[in-house]
Amino acid sequence: MNKDTEITNLIDAYLRGELSPAELADFQQKRSTDPAFDLNVVEHENLVSHLTEYGERVRLTAEMNTIHQEIDVDSLKREVKPDLPVIHKLWNKYRVSTAIAATVAMIAVFGTLFSTGYFTEKISDSYLRRKLSSIERSQNALNKKLTDKPARGPVNPGQFGGTGFAITSNGYVVTNYHVVKDADSIYVQNSAGESYKAKQIYIDPSYDLAVLQIVDTAFKDLASLPYTFKRSASNVAEGVYTVGFPKDDLVYNEGYVSSKNGYAGDTVAYQVSIAVNPGNSGGPLLDNRGNVVGIINRKQTLVDGVAFAVKSSYLLKAIEAIPQDSLIDKLVLNKRNQMAGLKPSEQFKKLEPYIFMVKVY
Amino acid sequence: MRKEIKSSVPADNEIILGILNDSKDILNRLYKTYFPMVLQLVLNNNGNEDDAKDIFQESVIVLYNKVKSGNFELNSKLKTFLYSVCRRLWLKRLNAQSRNVRNIEDFSEIIPIEDDLEKHEEKDRQFTMMEHALKQLGEPCKTIIEDYYLQNRSMQEISEKFGYTNADNAKTQKYKCLQRLKKLFFQS
Repeated sequence: MNKDTEITNLIDAYLRGELSPAELADFQQKRSTDPAFDLNVVEHENLVSHLTEYGERVRLTAEMNTIHQEIDVDSLKREVKPDLPVIHKLWNKYRVSTAIAATVAMIAVFGTLFSTGYFTEKISDSYLRRKLSSIERSQNALNKKLTDKPARGPVNPGQFGGTGFAITSNGYVVTNYHVVKDADSIYVQNSAGESYKAKQIYIDPSYDLAVLQIVDTAFKDLASLPYTFKRSASNVAEGVYTVGFPKDDLVYNEGYVSSKNGYAGDTVAYQVSIAVNPGNSGGPLLDNRGNVVGIINRKQTLVDGVAFAVKSSYLLKAIEAIPQDSLIDKLVLNKRNQMAGLKPSEQFKKLEPYIFMVKVY
Repeated sequence: MRKEIKSSVPADNEIILGILNDSKDILNRLYKTYFPMVLQLVLNNNGNEDDAKDIFQESVIVLYNKVKSGNFELNSKLKTFLYSVCRRLWLKRLNAQSRNVRNIEDFSEIIPIEDDLEKHEEKDRQFTMMEHALKQLGEPCKTIIEDYYLQNRSMQEISEKFGYTNADNAKTQKYKCLQRLKKLFFQS
């Protein structure tokens, strides 16, 4: 062994505390006298301390790894895992209740809307055409037809009925479009019970108007019309009356204009407070002086005394829109009023021949 | 959001004493008591359980070095110390990974531990250097050095293990190895 090796071993022995007291004293003596030796010792000590620290750390890490294996990390993870945001927690908790509540709310809302007729106008305000036939009636009529032939005119009382009124003396009659809609054939019947065949010559679905012409050869021109058509708008609260065929006889009803606009702000019609029933559709609405101010076309169900009448100005517009040269007979509106100042009963009497029951097959 | 982790906590003094005595039992209890806290911290701040393990073990090493260096004064709860160290270490690692660390979510109070971490970083660097040097040293030197200096085996045992004819040959070998290690360690 050379000298350096010996020195190293000596220092190692010193560091391990393996030196005897005599050797230790000798060692200390040498360190204090020999700076080179002392430096050697310090260097060695330093390296060994680094080594020891390294060893400590390796040992500690190994021990910790052993301990770590004993820990059930997965279950710990579940315990400490990040909480979901509050909103997620609430959602998870109340998801089902929310869904049920939403469903109930939706059913309630749509059920209510549906049952009050929000989706269909027809439910909340019904056209006033009269359904004339029941199965029994048509059955009877059929039986009758089989047994004995009628002398004249249709026996079938018609599928639907409404009211119409003459706009000229030569056989032009106006009624509601919805009365004659989808009609195969149309007959008009006056209050005397005489029935005439008629045909549509003009329809205006947006104003709910239809102009018919009596084409029956049995029809004779009427006397000149006693009423006129009002071009301007009627005043609210103005007294009005109507005549029509809610049943097989002509019926008179009185009321007043209650609003200048119709259903849901419909500017084509007036709102009229008047008792009308299915069958009154197409009937004239007249003021006290015998001017036609409108045509009854519908009423609001579930609300009392609310009916609607198409304004006469729209009737005039519709009539003007008819191409005159396509007509066989001239359509000239009456301009002379014969009813002003008459009592209601006299007016009714004057009116009667000009009002027709419109029967649709 | 807070969730307290409850377990039977060993007294801080007990732990310090245990560390000084190299008590395995204390290490065990220390580990199992405080690991969940660190796991919670790391999991809630973009980490996984392996990150938590690394961070926590590093913090335990910091604690051991601090206690063993002899100047350990317990001026906070041990829990707070460990938590603060872990928090700092984790923030550092997040920064290194350039993840978003604008707001780390805290689960405990914290104390400043900058000095301790500076020391730790120095020691960490030395540890890495030593690890590297030993690796470069190669066999049989590495084992001889480890056996003698780390396992505190006698030269007699070592010479028997390696089949040297006498302890003196082994001592010569050990000297050569140590010289090489010194060179590797201090030069790197």
